[in-house]
Amino acid sequence: MAVRQDKTAPLPQKARKLSGRHRAPYTFLKIISFVCAGIAVAALIGIIVFILIRGVPHLSLDFIFGENTAAHPTLVPGLIGTAYLVMIGAGVAIPIGILTAIYLSEYAGKGKVVRIIRLAIETLAAIPSIVYGLFGYIVFVLLFGWGYTLLGGGLTVSIMILPTIIRSVEESLLSVPSIYREGSHALGASKVRTIFSVVLPNAAGGIVTAVILAIGRIISESAVFILTIGMLQNGIPRSPTDPGTSLALNVYYFASDWPELSAATAVVLLVLVVGLNLLATGVGKLIKRDRQ
Amino acid sequence: MENEICIKAESLDLFYGDFQALKNVNLEVAEREITAFIGPSGCGKSTLLRCFNRMNDLIEGCKIAGKIFVDGRDIHENTDVNLLRKEVGMVFQKPNVFPMSIYDNIAFGPRTHGVKGRKNLDPIVVESLKRANIWDEAKDRLNKSALGLSGGQQQRVCIARALAVQPKILLMDEPTSALDPISTGKIEELCEELKKQYTIVIVTHNMQQAARISDKTGFFLLGEMLEFGDSSQVFSSPKNEKCEKYITGRFG
Ligand SMILES: Nc1ncnc2c1ncn2[C@@H]1O[C@H](COP(=O)(O)OP(=O)(O)OP(=O)(O)O)[C@@H](O)[C@H]1O
Ligand SMILES: [Mg+2]
Repeated sequence: MAVRQDKTAPLPQKARKLSGRHRAPYTFLKIISFVCAGIAVAALIGIIVFILIRGVPHLSLDFIFGENTAAHPTLVPGLIGTAYLVMIGAGVAIPIGILTAIYLSEYAGKGKVVRIIRLAIETLAAIPSIVYGLFGYIVFVLLFGWGYTLLGGGLTVSIMILPTIIRSVEESLLSVPSIYREGSHALGASKVRTIFSVVLPNAAGGIVTAVILAIGRIISESAVFILTIGMLQNGIPRSPTDPGTSLALNVYYFASDWPELSAATAVVLLVLVVGLNLLATGVGKLIKRDRQ
Repeated sequence: MENEICIKAESLDLFYGDFQALKNVNLEVAEREITAFIGPSGCGKSTLLRCFNRMNDLIEGCKIAGKIFVDGRDIHENTDVNLLRKEVGMVFQKPNVFPMSIYDNIAFGPRTHGVKGRKNLDPIVVESLKRANIWDEAKDRLNKSALGLSGGQQQRVCIARALAVQPKILLMDEPTSALDPISTGKIEELCEELKKQYTIVIVTHNMQQAARISDKTGFFLLGEMLEFGDSSQVFSSPKNEKCEKYITGRFG
């Protein structure tokens, strides 16, 4: 009560002026930042609602899993293609990425070579994905003479996601306090034992998150695959060396002739990627809590 | 009766890059005694301590000249550094229990050196915890995370973990500086108990602690060891003027 009275009590003229002038920029900043945050949230909700309204009515089990014909396309080729791309892309990039991150954080030190490697990784991360696609097209499709293949697309995307995996895994390795490493070494544990028994388990949450997010990126990638896998809707890929299509490409492929199917595909894609993102945060947290 | 010499440093110089952190240190640490290193911050106490189990190997750009002998063997010649560290245990300033169970913390060292199976590990774990005076507090929660213990308890788990690989020497770098007086007292008691079996080298900023528990004391300044002798002598009648100033708190 007393506090409230104080607040409403008139301030001396001078003090009121001063505090008013001081408060104004803060209020202004608060409003502006609130509006901007509102725009971001509205955009997100807008996109999701729009896609759902357009897509959900056309979703059906038959559309997702039914038999795929020229007149009646379904998502089966896209699902199988995406599965291949994830297996190849993640299968290649994750082990190489984790090992590179281990090298950088545990072995490399601070020399010149390391700085060059880091620079290379930063640069790789900045290259637009369509350029990776062009690279895959030139190397795998033309130079190797494979033609359009899921293998070529998977390998190309693995190069594309490599820098992100390396950076995020390295970050989680570096976040393991060095006193744990010292403690392990001081007990006579070798470097390898220290890495496997102390460093990696403590970084597991971050590593798993990085892996899941990488898979999400492959699923949502399109530019790379337009140029490398052939976007073949009529035909189910039997092996990685076949051409194929992916869910993300289906959105593009259906857009002109079957816009409602395009939206339905987008719903499936959205659910998958948002689900993976939630899973990534959830798993990361779970592992972290488990270790405490 | 004089104890055998356990650690010996001969004209030891150490450089971090261009910076010389230790200057011509000559020192003998006797077996089953507590040797304390004192001196102002940055004078090289930790650096010297970390020479004895070659922890400085992990630091890039660290160069050592001179010789160190542990049990008469030159630790830079024909020495498996992991076996050296098994013999020369270390306890750090900040308790660094691993984020795993108390049991796994203690078993980490033995497992590293090839002890397998609960049958073989159990007695080691129990014995180590008992020696480190933490058994009573830990026995009901061996499978719980060591991070749930208090700082003082964690530090004793760290000591137990070091003891579990059966070292001969224990290096302690300000083991009580992060602890309250009661925990500190417990660790000091523990040190007195442990010195019956182990050689202990301890770095401390606490002059009373050094005077209370150590047999020998070395005083360091700017990388040089300016005074070394029986603690009673060093603390009552130091020969070096700067050492006297430091001990009486009139330094600088
Ligand atoms: N990794 C390192 N790289 C470069 N210089 C270092 C490194 N570690 C220590 N030094 C320097 O070496 C000197 C001695 O450091 P040291 O840690 O041995 O001091 P200390 O006597 O243990 O001090 P404190 O009482 O504060 O722990 C200091 O000047 C310090 O800055
Ligand atoms: Mg120190």
